[in-house]
Amino acid sequence: MPVKEAIKVDVNKIPLDEIDVSNPYLFQNDTIGEYFKRLRKEDPVHYCAKGHSGAYWSVTKFNDIMRVDTDHKTFSSDSARGGIALDGPGARSESSSRSGAPDMGLTMFIAMDPPKHDEQRKVVSPIVAPHNLETLEPIIRERAAAILDSLPVGEEIDWVDKVSIELTTMTLATLFDFPWEERRKLTRWSDVVTSSPGNGVDSWEQWQRELTECAMYFKELWDQRVGGEQKHDLISILAGSPATSNMPFGEFLGNLLLLIVGGNDTTRNSITGGVLALNQNPKEYAKLMNDPGLITDMVPEIIRWQTPLSHMRRTAVRDAEVGGKKIREGDKVAMWYLSGNRDSEVIERADEFLIDRKNPRHHVSFGFGIHRCVGNRLAELQLRIIWEEIVTRFRKVEVVGEPVRSLSNLIHGFTRMPVILHAL
Amino acid sequence: MPKVTFIGHNGAEHVVTVASGATGRDAAINNDIPGIDGDCGGVCACATCHVYVDPAWLDKTGRAVAGEMEAELLQFAEDFRETSRLACQITLTDDLDGLVLRIPAGQH
Repeated sequence: MPVKEAIKVDVNKIPLDEIDVSNPYLFQNDTIGEYFKRLRKEDPVHYCAKGHSGAYWSVTKFNDIMRVDTDHKTFSSDSARGGIALDGPGARSESSSRSGAPDMGLTMFIAMDPPKHDEQRKVVSPIVAPHNLETLEPIIRERAAAILDSLPVGEEIDWVDKVSIELTTMTLATLFDFPWEERRKLTRWSDVVTSSPGNGVDSWEQWQRELTECAMYFKELWDQRVGGEQKHDLISILAGSPATSNMPFGEFLGNLLLLIVGGNDTTRNSITGGVLALNQNPKEYAKLMNDPGLITDMVPEIIRWQTPLSHMRRTAVRDAEVGGKKIREGDKVAMWYLSGNRDSEVIERADEFLIDRKNPRHHVSFGFGIHRCVGNRLAELQLRIIWEEIVTRFRKVEVVGEPVRSLSNLIHGFTRMPVILHAL
Repeated sequence: MPKVTFIGHNGAEHVVTVASGATGRDAAINNDIPGIDGDCGGVCACATCHVYVDPAWLDKTGRAVAGEMEAELLQFAEDFRETSRLACQITLTDDLDGLVLRIPAGQH
């Protein structure tokens, strides 16, 4: 049942089989943590027969999530079976708001299985290779500094719009060598991919129209760069590699959108989430300002804490046992990363935001196995740079009002967060 | 107590001694060897403990077995070579005493 307001529901009084953690309102009103806590304790591999996302399994503990994530032979990501989100474009659920989405033939390697997945990932992976990150770092830093220097001090601004979106869009534009003045188109298209009528677009017709515009725009960039000089932006790399230069247009667009989406609201929401976490944990903020050397370890802790993707979904291709439960062929399985990252049996003091914890990269936000986030080090790089530039400019980034959280069981983030910047 | 030499990408050598049965990842993490991350905790799930086995030792350690998880993950590692292994899958027994492992430019 949709819980639209932030009512204080006693989670323990709901019958277990009525719990539906796919309800996006639970994420928006931020009560979802209590539900996962109960499931981890009482029913860690939990079946919901009829929820917002139809019938699906929830995997809530860290080690069970890892078991599913690394067993790609049993648990498929293929878009033909429904893809990698409970309510994704390929989802077949009748109750899903995405049924009715036009089929644009978008295929992305995140929603493929081997061998096709492997061929395509291998092409994209070099874009975030160590030497490429080294080249990107000074450009990102220069542009991040410009963004921060342009912000007004002492007056309320929306951090999401003015900083988080601005920064991540800037990095993507750099990665694609996208026309600079048009870079907000990248944000818009990324948001469109994960939207649905009433939540980001007015109709499926609009969804299709905007993504077609995106396709045409990228096709033009592709045509300009194919056969051109060997450059290091992503479009040139895709256009220049034999494995991808002849790929069907739907695949090309799908993979581009994957990189835009993958690198967009996830990083954006980690930037916002880190500011909020530090505000909610003033001792940690003090630790940071006292010793900016902690930034390197703080970054993965922010990513764990925020868990920018609440879940990733798989479909069982055969019967399998997980955590003592029998999953049947064809069943939808949601790995709740947001829950795994609070599993205190694996992560010490998991419910606390600690910027100097040991093994801060031991979290599940990037997933595990062959689909593990290909851009993870780029995400960390951006977060590190932005914090390095923040601490040399502002004594405090103060959150001055309730942030507005995203209405989504997939994207764990914010649409608005009012802050005031205080100079050093 | 086998001895392992890690050679960093910049040429720096680190020689460590470990208990027999420890993995290459354990040896690196427990001795703060830079350049090996092992994010997943050593369970063959992330490929951030990528190393190159010195060719003289490749027969002793063996290569990653095709079709298994280690090989599936390694194929995506940056600058994957014939001598590539995941350090968490190399168990350091006494007959690997003196093993030399090279560290790649980065992990991701």
